[in-house]
Amino acid sequence: MRIFSVLVISFLTVLPAQAEVKIQEVISPGGITAWLVEEPSIPFMALELRFRGGGSLDRPGKRGALNLMTGLLEEGAGDLDSRGFARAVEDLAASFSYNLNSDSLSVSVRFLSESRDDAVALLRSSIVDPNLNESDIERVRGQVFAGLLSDTTDPDAIVGAAFNRMTFGDHPYATDLSGTNESVAALTREDLINAHGDIFAKDRLYVGAVGDITPAELGKLVDELLGGLPETGASQPQAAEVTIEGGVTVVDFDTPQSVALFGHKGIGLEDPDYFAATILNHVLGGGSFESRLMNEVREKRGLTYGVSTFLVPRDHAATYQGQVASANDRIAEAILVIRDEWSKAAEKGVTLEELRNAKTYITGAYPLRFDGNAPIARIMVGMQMIGFPIDYIATRNDRVEAVTLEDVNRVAAELLDADGLQFVVVGKPVGLTTGPLPE
Amino acid sequence: MTRMRAFLATLMLSTPLSVMAAEDPVTTFVLDNGMQVIVVEDHRAPVVQHMVWYRAGSADEPKGASGVAHFLEHLLFKATDKLESGEFSAIVSANGGNDNAFTSYDYTAYYQRIAADRLELMMGMESDRMRNIRLTPANIETERDVIIEERNQRTENSASALFSEQMRAVQYHNHRYGVPVIGWMHEMETLNLDDALSFYEIYYSPNNAILVVSGDATPEGVRELAEKYYGVIPFNPALPERLRTEEPPQTAERRVIFRDARVAQPYVSRSYLAPERDQGAQKEAAALTLLAEILGGGTTSYLTEKLQFDTQVAVYSSVYYRGTSLDDTTFNMIVVPAPGVTLQEAEDAMDVAVASFMKEGVDPAQVERLKKQLRAQQIYARDNVDGIAQRYGSALTTGLTVEDVQAWPEILQAITPEEIMAAAEKVIIPESSVTGWLMKVQEQGQ
Repeated sequence: MRIFSVLVISFLTVLPAQAEVKIQEVISPGGITAWLVEEPSIPFMALELRFRGGGSLDRPGKRGALNLMTGLLEEGAGDLDSRGFARAVEDLAASFSYNLNSDSLSVSVRFLSESRDDAVALLRSSIVDPNLNESDIERVRGQVFAGLLSDTTDPDAIVGAAFNRMTFGDHPYATDLSGTNESVAALTREDLINAHGDIFAKDRLYVGAVGDITPAELGKLVDELLGGLPETGASQPQAAEVTIEGGVTVVDFDTPQSVALFGHKGIGLEDPDYFAATILNHVLGGGSFESRLMNEVREKRGLTYGVSTFLVPRDHAATYQGQVASANDRIAEAILVIRDEWSKAAEKGVTLEELRNAKTYITGAYPLRFDGNAPIARIMVGMQMIGFPIDYIATRNDRVEAVTLEDVNRVAAELLDADGLQFVVVGKPVGLTTGPLPE
Repeated sequence: MTRMRAFLATLMLSTPLSVMAAEDPVTTFVLDNGMQVIVVEDHRAPVVQHMVWYRAGSADEPKGASGVAHFLEHLLFKATDKLESGEFSAIVSANGGNDNAFTSYDYTAYYQRIAADRLELMMGMESDRMRNIRLTPANIETERDVIIEERNQRTENSASALFSEQMRAVQYHNHRYGVPVIGWMHEMETLNLDDALSFYEIYYSPNNAILVVSGDATPEGVRELAEKYYGVIPFNPALPERLRTEEPPQTAERRVIFRDARVAQPYVSRSYLAPERDQGAQKEAAALTLLAEILGGGTTSYLTEKLQFDTQVAVYSSVYYRGTSLDDTTFNMIVVPAPGVTLQEAEDAMDVAVASFMKEGVDPAQVERLKKQLRAQQIYARDNVDGIAQRYGSALTTGLTVEDVQAWPEILQAITPEEIMAAAEKVIIPESSVTGWLMKVQEQGQ
């Protein structure tokens, strides 16, 4: 009677501040793995589904297909048309949200315990059996066009697109997953059906659930919800080569404040030095008010409202990026300060005090993330996608603590490349032109 | 609108959902010096959020010093008697916490999220900067540059933000809600040490503040610490009563044409002056809250039906209303026309749809669906006590009481379709409206 068996493996994890996140691995009778935290105190549950591949699974010449398909998931399924579906979700007081990024399609759901069965049936229809009606396709296509149009004059969108174009060569990461006016206009219903089949498959599925549900109930739920999916979907994209080179690229745009995105090659999550890089980033530009860049660019000089840096480890490429915005006549100074801090950190590394402060922040702030059913469900899915063990939460801070000053400073020397830093600037920056960075 | 829809309370409701709202994790009390305290308990994780809200926002600023409330908020991260400039956030961070602050028309609030056992440390520092900031001329100059860059980032770089600012300026004849929270650029450039300190002296005192602690804390524990750190700060007898200029009757329909080369996607925006939630009198605001959802709250709303399904006039439409406000607020609509549809056509279609709604009245089934969602929100809200803390803080700084906050869900549930239509008839009138077109530089409206 294998069908009734639910395999449950439990791990009790103690957070630094003694929070317990008791993650159980549930393998459904149908063979789908889900991670569960039972939280019976509030009668609802949060469910997070993620399908690896995201917008990067677009077929050649079909840029934007995954995005348009994702936009149509809530536009009717089974017997329900678009508005009927929305009314049904309202009747259940549930919330279904479908989001696409370059590495995954995520479905974030919450529903009350009392309407669990109906909510699961409705959600299932939207994932397995969306209508993709022609009239809805046209309406949602119009919304995609409107978004693309707005992006043409949004400095943040312009700078992001320019940076990606320069960084990722011919990989899907180089282009907007929403597609272009031309590519979106050409998409047919058949393209959307293909996109649906490419992404919705068990071989790329990750499930996290938190709430008022037992392992046995969750096993049954995931089978009902996802058991009908095919075993395999489209093959995943190849690794991207990070092709960006050092210098400045100015994108002329008439606006009072220049917006800059800067970066170079980064470091992958699988790299043993990832935590050393995390600490380095915290000191340099990741830690909000305390970072060196905030101190130099904002606190000392008042050149910006915000400057920050972030490691961007994606499935197929890793970059190290940052952003800053300053008035057109001040952006050049901000950029030079950033470049100088970059080379200073590469050459001299961080201090022992900075290392200690970064560690206390990074370890101490870790429990703050586990602040509700939905965030915990998202974290568990993220852990599975990276391939972390189920007891990772308990060991994560030890990994941070194990990083030495030598590690951080070795990584600083390897990772930070002031000459290789590319600044893409959108605006009318005074004293900056496309080419090498001025001295 | 989710902010408005997720109030927590202990109602007895007639549906199965009522059982679930039975636990109220909220405790309130007042210190001897007049400082109000709210504790929202959730012991699932050893984390607290510590917030202090001041009943002082941009609408309390003196004429000519727009932006000073927000400027002062930035300056509270500089030195005090006990801390160096920047040390406040550095200590929070070194203890594994996050901190920030925000300013609105009616309030300024400071908060930290941190491990529960650091609550005392936070109270020590936050109570210190309630009275003891030490500013230098250099702080003023550099931080003024920072807020100017903040205005550049939020407003000057965004045609739609500049457009909204103009809409509000035209909406209010005689109230500071017409002045942006961040300030007008020409006044921000002149803000000085005296402006900041005089605002601080007037408004930063325990009897003008509300302490809100949410998460893993008990009322007894919070009371003990609050008495130790905040309770010793003297009551300020000179705190002025919060009297503001009021709007005269609005008698003229207004139009705003805003052109900007950076506009790619033009749209029509409409705002109406509208009543806010008042102490002991929240019914009209509750009716407007439901009205906004019914008219433009999403796929099942009336405007979406008329403008995106029955016809394809719009690619997007929305109606929103924010009732938590000390003085008259606004009821807003936005219609983004589909390609080939002019702004005039979009505006006309919006007006035709609203007129037909006024004739047809509300769909009772839609009202019931909405009320069920509101009840469910109370359950979901228990998963986010920081959100509950936010709602108490914003309510208590906008003239409402704890009782008003707790009565709100029940008031929403009791609103009838007739009351919704009566509120609509009262608010949706041309005389108190502003209609705005956000346009490209060369574009024609017709």
